[in-house]
Amino acid sequence: MLSGAAVTVSLPFLEFLLNDSGTALAATREPLPERFGTWFWGLGVDPGIWRPKQVGALVDLPPQLACIEKVKSHVNVFSNFDVLTDGKPNLCHFTGWVVLRSGTPPPTRDILPDPSLDIAIADHIGGGTRFRSLEMAATGRPRDSYSFQNFNGVNPPEISAVELYRKIFGADFQDPNSPRFVPDARLMLKKSVLSAVADQRNELVRKVGAADKARLDQYYTSIREIENRLTSQLEKPADAPTCRIPNEPADIPLGLEADLVSARHRAMTDLLVMALVCNQTKVFNMVYSDSFSALSRKGLEKSHHAFTHEEPVDRIKGYQPHASGFVNDAMKEWAYFVEKMAETPEGDGTLLDRCLIYAHTDCSVAKIHSLTQIPMMTAGRLNGRVKTGQHIDGQSQTATRLGFTVQRLMGLPVGSWGAGSNVATSPIGEIVA
Amino acid sequence: MIGRAAQTTRRGPAPRNISARIALPALALLALGAAPARPDESRTVPAVAIPANPAADVGREAASIDLAWQPRLRLLSQSQYVNVIHQVFGGDIDVRVRFPPVPRVDGLLAVGAGTVLPTPGAVDQLVMMAPLISKQVVDPSRHDRIPCRPADTAKRDDTCARKFFAKAGRLLFRRPLTDNELQAAVRISGTAAGPSGGFYEGLAYGLSGLLVSPQFLFISEDVRPKKGAGGGWELDGYSKASRLSFLLWDAAPDDALLLAAQRGDLNDPVRLQRQVDRMISSSLYEDGVRAFFTDYLVLEAFSSLSKDSVIYPAYTLKVAEEAKEQVLRMVVDHLVAQKGDYRDLFTTRRIFLTSDLAVLYRLGVDRGAHGWAAYDLPDGDPRGGLLTLIGFPSQFAHAGRSSPTIRGKAIRETMLCQKVPPPPPDVDFSNFEDPTNPAATARERLKAHQENPACAGCHAITDPIGLALENFDGAGQFRRTENGVVISTAGKLDGVAFEDAVGLGKALRDNRSLKSCIVKRLYAYSVGREMNPADRDTLAGFQVIFERSGYRFEDMLRRFIFDPGFFVAKSVPLHANGTLKSAAIGGFHDQKFLADRSTPNAARRAQWGSRDRVATVPGVLAER
Repeated sequence: MLSGAAVTVSLPFLEFLLNDSGTALAATREPLPERFGTWFWGLGVDPGIWRPKQVGALVDLPPQLACIEKVKSHVNVFSNFDVLTDGKPNLCHFTGWVVLRSGTPPPTRDILPDPSLDIAIADHIGGGTRFRSLEMAATGRPRDSYSFQNFNGVNPPEISAVELYRKIFGADFQDPNSPRFVPDARLMLKKSVLSAVADQRNELVRKVGAADKARLDQYYTSIREIENRLTSQLEKPADAPTCRIPNEPADIPLGLEADLVSARHRAMTDLLVMALVCNQTKVFNMVYSDSFSALSRKGLEKSHHAFTHEEPVDRIKGYQPHASGFVNDAMKEWAYFVEKMAETPEGDGTLLDRCLIYAHTDCSVAKIHSLTQIPMMTAGRLNGRVKTGQHIDGQSQTATRLGFTVQRLMGLPVGSWGAGSNVATSPIGEIVA
Repeated sequence: MIGRAAQTTRRGPAPRNISARIALPALALLALGAAPARPDESRTVPAVAIPANPAADVGREAASIDLAWQPRLRLLSQSQYVNVIHQVFGGDIDVRVRFPPVPRVDGLLAVGAGTVLPTPGAVDQLVMMAPLISKQVVDPSRHDRIPCRPADTAKRDDTCARKFFAKAGRLLFRRPLTDNELQAAVRISGTAAGPSGGFYEGLAYGLSGLLVSPQFLFISEDVRPKKGAGGGWELDGYSKASRLSFLLWDAAPDDALLLAAQRGDLNDPVRLQRQVDRMISSSLYEDGVRAFFTDYLVLEAFSSLSKDSVIYPAYTLKVAEEAKEQVLRMVVDHLVAQKGDYRDLFTTRRIFLTSDLAVLYRLGVDRGAHGWAAYDLPDGDPRGGLLTLIGFPSQFAHAGRSSPTIRGKAIRETMLCQKVPPPPPDVDFSNFEDPTNPAATARERLKAHQENPACAGCHAITDPIGLALENFDGAGQFRRTENGVVISTAGKLDGVAFEDAVGLGKALRDNRSLKSCIVKRLYAYSVGREMNPADRDTLAGFQVIFERSGYRFEDMLRRFIFDPGFFVAKSVPLHANGTLKSAAIGGFHDQKFLADRSTPNAARRAQWGSRDRVATVPGVLAER
């Protein structure tokens, strides 16, 4: 730590130490953190216009992916990977994302058999920041989250950009670039409050049954995490030269009209990139649209989901025009998300260079709820450990290979992931550098 | 603003309730004497200790005991949290909190609250809220609500802090604080007084500790050996008080109720009745009724409901908010003010309007920006009953179009307690909107369902009753035609013919499942748990009574509360899958009491002990 000494050094020395992006300083300190995130959109794609024709380098992008042209060197596209139900029902717009998030097909809609992979990744890399993870739903709906311990334990998303801003950059935010750091005495007091709550654990736990005990244990685990966070805030935050406190965003009205959802998504994305470079979290989960997406467009009677089932396929185009338009929107938002990460400087590169983002949906063709050839993508090179700019053909292998690969790349010591036919034991070598 | 998690007060008659709550702290905090002993609680034991075998030791480890009626820790609902804070500290406390999504179990969030897992993200919200509330409570403008003055505001004053926490803590925890809990709060406040700036600032830290304690956030019910012949187990006095107050007020027990619990009054039918009378005559009773119907009718959906602004320009976010309030006003007027029969909610012609709502009803009512006026629909009006308010048809529809299937499914699942099976994943909808199909109306389009055997079975359950509401578009506005063709609304509900929406309301009113459904849901809500086979006789008994006396809401609540089983925590062994072990209930195996049995598919799927949950996302049927 330079604190203390930094007060006495002269400005020229500081200028020598720091360049605009903090590269030099970064070189003298802890390595910049790696981050993991998920990005979800609902209702699949139109494979005929989404799947790149060539396998290998992403060269000619098909129409539905044309919008990622600018960022394609940061992205991998995965096609022809399958989700298998293993004799369980294909629960429409549910089984697909559950398998891609947890590796295990659910028997019913009220069971999520295993935690989502972001939970394990946050356990592994999430320490040392204010927030274990940040969940966001551009839909503005409080139930739209795909980060879960089980069916009863879902990490609730932020649903308003204004509230997200206040959570991250509100009164408790400590500017890592502030010239002087004085530990906030209030944090110690807040910690003592939580410690006292935790100390009373035994008194309550002895009164309840096994199921409630597990719930209370989760509660106290959550309290301990917040205590640890407060402890970390008592130390000077790591320097983050590219951290800039953004302005509070304008309030965006409720609603699922695509324009509103886009505005919400972009406002949340803009806040997220600053939350990341300001070291507020290392893990994030963004939902652009939910798996039953009711996104609408002004003047159209039906929602995206209704269009996928009720709109005739245009015989010339080969797809459902209105439904397809919503997928195009999702891909544009994905492009915005990636581009925003890619244009945010950090260290000797960009924020995206140290990220790995896992993007997926709930099905391949929403009209028939197909789980084969389910589309997935990644973005980010994770400090050079991921090769990007490729189209990988899964050749009908299990789609859980990508979730498994992601966990391995994030450093989790897992030998396999998934259940039954969805078990994955080998990473997707094409993207491992 | 609709849909923001940060609801500070519910909609509706807020001024009256707020003023009532502002007055409460003075009553609650100042009227109390020293922290009372717990004569009624001397033999209280944890719920977990109820032995499956009555001969077993009371204190044995409970993890091995399966109890069908074992009380569960239930997370406070968002409205309960807000109500309690207002009740204890005043209605002017700004409470902007978002609770985690709760699964709907047995059709109710109130039951799902007994299963929700507090993930880090969920707890984070609650921990962040606590100091924001505490800071307001100790604000100088509210010092007169704190029942003592510190000797020196710049320093700790443990005596005053103890007095404050003994009183506030008792109201927050719904029982007197234990010595350890009280000492911890006083210690934190004292320690914090110096660094934070003084006595009141320190007090805020101690209060934050109470507000993030599971003892506050979860409704915990303890039991004790039941007095009198027969033995068994029942809730202790304070747990009885909480069960009553969260049911009747959607809030915590007040001082008088806690004193009654302390004295053992709630074990005595006469003195219990005195308390119940007092609670039902309170203005807070309306909050309890509103809370149940908000849960039962899935009205929380209005918090994220929006309509296409081009297709339905009159259906603004404000109108959506008022549409929900209109439903609740009808409920409260009919069931509380008029003491009407629940069934008649589906036929009543008395509605309430604002100026904005009147636009959608095409009625000339001018009540200013926020005024409400009662309005009696004339005979012959195509509206009548709950289903024909704009709330129901707009809640269960697309953003820009009506949906008979969604509406039919909602009637079946919400009001009749039936389960509509999800559609198969490989349904072919290609002929649903074939551009060469001349169908002008939803009825004609939905013929596609009848022509496909994979669809016909379930859509026969949903579509006919949903089509009865086709005179109301996706915003609930009346229309006679669709695409120039007169809309036909005739159909049948479980064999009973009707001509239109008003007729559907009458058919629904007399439907057997409507009656069993309200009994099942209201009783589950009252006791805060799923119904199971051991409840069969209890529910059947209520049904017989209400058939004679009518389904008057207050009467139903009183029948529940004064039923001998209402406060009982009964030991009933379960199989691992949640079904009853037959020996425990005299060999009951049949499923004839299933509310779902009126639909063959649902009956086939339904099983006692399985959870009738609505998943985070609805099935495909819900979206069409």
